[in-house]
Amino acid sequence: MVIYGVALLAGCLLAGVFLGELLGQLLGVSANVGGVGIAMLLLIFASDWLKRKGRLKPVTEQGVLFWSSIYIPVVVAMAAGQNVVAALEGGLAAFLAGALAVVVCLPLVPALSRIGGPPAPLPGSGTGEDD
Amino acid sequence: MPVLETVAEVLADNGLITAFAFVGLVVWLSYLVANRLTDGRIHGSAIAILVGLVLAWVGGVVTGGTRGLADIEILAGVGILGGAMIRDFAIVATAFGVNFDEIRRAGIGAVLSLLVGVFGSFAVGGAVAYAFGYTDAVSITTIGAGAATYIVGPVTGTAIGASSDVIALSIAAGLVKSMLVMIGTPFVARAIHLDNPRSAMIFGGLMGTTSGVAGGLAATDPRLVPYGAMTATFYTGLGALLGPSVFYFAVRAVFG
Repeated sequence: MVIYGVALLAGCLLAGVFLGELLGQLLGVSANVGGVGIAMLLLIFASDWLKRKGRLKPVTEQGVLFWSSIYIPVVVAMAAGQNVVAALEGGLAAFLAGALAVVVCLPLVPALSRIGGPPAPLPGSGTGEDD
Repeated sequence: MPVLETVAEVLADNGLITAFAFVGLVVWLSYLVANRLTDGRIHGSAIAILVGLVLAWVGGVVTGGTRGLADIEILAGVGILGGAMIRDFAIVATAFGVNFDEIRRAGIGAVLSLLVGVFGSFAVGGAVAYAFGYTDAVSITTIGAGAATYIVGPVTGTAIGASSDVIALSIAAGLVKSMLVMIGTPFVARAIHLDNPRSAMIFGGLMGTTSGVAGGLAATDPRLVPYGAMTATFYTGLGALLGPSVFYFAVRAVFG
């Protein structure tokens, strides 16, 4: 059933965010440390395990794939909810601090990508989207 | 007019549903523009995200609020759809079916990118603060932390007792970074070889702003999203850990 996929996803997110909060408390930080990243790893491991056991039916996958393919609209909504006015009102100091941080770090992407040998190419689209 | 009032009432009462319809419309129009006017050279999602930011600006100007379009009553649902809860749910879903071997192989590079990204942004932001006449350790640290992400800035500033205008400046710096990454990534993707899982993970670690990375990669190639988002989600935690401690002590040692 589709809900099994959605519930699996929800369980992974909740567990990941909980572990991220725990990690934050252990480090004495008032922020979640990697909760979403941990949740992603949990989903990868859980779905792989279920697949090998033959328990991950295509209809169950639908429940995860729907949310994966709704991702871009969610990001568009996220963009529409940003405090753009505050960013523009921050003036030149805020603009330069934010923009130079990007400009300085960007050229390091190719350099650091070389660590660990040649990268693997991208696999085909995993979502149900047509593009 | 009573009919219009009823329409507004229905839209406001069904906020999340209104958001689905509204965002669907924005995405449809954006892809139409991308395909017809730019001949597909600019990805439809890049235009949709840009339109989202412009609408957020309009919302902020019209209402004077801080949540962009979501402060307009009938579009409050946009704030739910684009809020952290649904966003994180969708981000985690993109990890379904990713190549775990590639994540493991990128391990050291990804950790390094996180450290370099946090230190680099902090140093640059701190230097800009100093250039603009902020000479006390608390302000330099807070604005430097804001150049990491708009969450690291206020978390750090609050922890070390920065003034509210400095905290506001640090949030603005983080917002500028996030928006620049959202808009700019598709244009620099080719130059920095942002076309495989490895470079996407490094990119996420160096940029760190989850919203920026999520939007920027979605506009470049949605298949890159899970890899970039995975590392980016560790960045804010790392920044909040280092900002009020290591960075603050280092800045205080220099500026007193």
